[in-house]
Amino acid sequence: MRKIYLDYAATTPILPEVIEAMTPFWAEKFGNASSLHSFGREARVAVEQSRDQVAEILNCEPEEIIFTGTTTTSDNLAILGVVNALEEKQLSPNRCHLITTAIEHHAVLDTFKYLESQGFAVTYLSVDKYGVVDLKELEKAIRPETVLVSVMYANNEVGTIEPIEEISKLLQATSYKLKPKFHTDAAAVAEYLTLDVQKLGVDLMTLGAHKFGGPKGVGILYIKKGTGVNPVTFGGHHENGLWPGTEAVPLIVGTAKALELSIKYHVLSIKLVTELRDKLIKGVLEKVPDCYLTGHPTQRLPDIASFVFKGVEGEAVLLRLDAEGIAVSSGSACTSGDLKPSHVLLVMGIPQEEAHGSIRFSLGRNTTEEEINYVLEKLPKIISDLRNLSGGL
Amino acid sequence: MNQLYSEKVMDHFLHPRNMGELPGANGVATVGNKQCGDVMKMYLKIEGETVKEAKFQTLGCGAAISTSSMATEMIKGKPLSDALKLTNQAIAEALDGLPSSKIHCSVLAAEAVKRAIEDYRSKGEGGK
Repeated sequence: MRKIYLDYAATTPILPEVIEAMTPFWAEKFGNASSLHSFGREARVAVEQSRDQVAEILNCEPEEIIFTGTTTTSDNLAILGVVNALEEKQLSPNRCHLITTAIEHHAVLDTFKYLESQGFAVTYLSVDKYGVVDLKELEKAIRPETVLVSVMYANNEVGTIEPIEEISKLLQATSYKLKPKFHTDAAAVAEYLTLDVQKLGVDLMTLGAHKFGGPKGVGILYIKKGTGVNPVTFGGHHENGLWPGTEAVPLIVGTAKALELSIKYHVLSIKLVTELRDKLIKGVLEKVPDCYLTGHPTQRLPDIASFVFKGVEGEAVLLRLDAEGIAVSSGSACTSGDLKPSHVLLVMGIPQEEAHGSIRFSLGRNTTEEEINYVLEKLPKIISDLRNLSGGL
Repeated sequence: MNQLYSEKVMDHFLHPRNMGELPGANGVATVGNKQCGDVMKMYLKIEGETVKEAKFQTLGCGAAISTSSMATEMIKGKPLSDALKLTNQAIAEALDGLPSSKIHCSVLAAEAVKRAIEDYRSKGEGGK
């Protein structure tokens, strides 16, 4: 059977060049980067060269780059680390306020929920029907004691891009003595949007290697110099003491290589992927009745085409597509394990019963026009079969 | 930790048995709601004390569709007394198990059967 992968936003295959770059570091150059002997030095050099490469792409200093375990751990370290570094007097609930959005990935959202459970005041910003954060709402939410604002660079479920530069300017322009630190989760964007932290004006930014052709098991955290971040795990001096534990040398090397390649192919990827995504969107809206695109019509990532199909349940669509060899994801309750559909869609104002019928296609550099044609051939029948099965219930 | 669908679940999902409306059904019930994402409508044709035919319509996930399909298979041709005893565990077992997060679908399917029989009974002996 044909197999078509359209779930690149979930994870990406490792590129051959990345595997090649990592290969020597498993068995041949296996040293612990903290060891002083030649084996260790060899590993240390590889880690630091990787850090240099990443720093160059992010337009920052190598010391501002921390390698962690995953995007989720980077998000946790960024948020909890800033709070841990607060002075004692700020740590009482009414002296410390945090802002994030209601559409964040759970890696961010659940971390703020945790802080809230510990007594911290947290504001969750809403979004408009396209998933865009309202700058006016943000401006109103900022208080003299706001220490951290975290807004995702682009939403991973619907692809809407958030106005990161504008948010940064807004935070800089506050009249309060304390300027809130600004964190962005950039996990979804590495292959398509600028990662220049100076241009973006962020203090902290997280990335995950497996979203851009790198290995699973590494996260990147950019921490601007002077941003107070304290560790959240303990046990060593590694990564400036912020992510203790033996460095995963092969994975770190692979991360740098993958990021380098994804920047190299940036322009080409954007063009190819956008064209195919638009073909998919147009085709689906034409061929399938009673469905609509979710997310912003234009201010969206090139790779994500997300839809709501009325009168069907997303998991059923996903499984039927899978039976045809097509891999996608869904924000339906049945794929989340907690019986609630995607929090992102609900916050965008999509009714719960419709949110159950959500499907996300996410394309990659290797997606072909023929694959999109195949989807457009199979999808309409799958939706109509499932609608027949429900008899319009 | 069984978080994946069994082959039997997938078989009933991809090739649902007894789907569709049943003209002349004398016991009908709808359970679940759209808010939760799963709705099942059970149609039974009962003659004497026997379930002659059973069909279903389901809006829902893979487990919702396969449990309703399996439920109809398990009660078709059976005495009403047996059909009434159909439990969600029996449906799940007949499907070689369900992921823990999907047990509620089998509960819904068992409830649909029970409610359809109640509907038949509530109409009196003829069930019309």
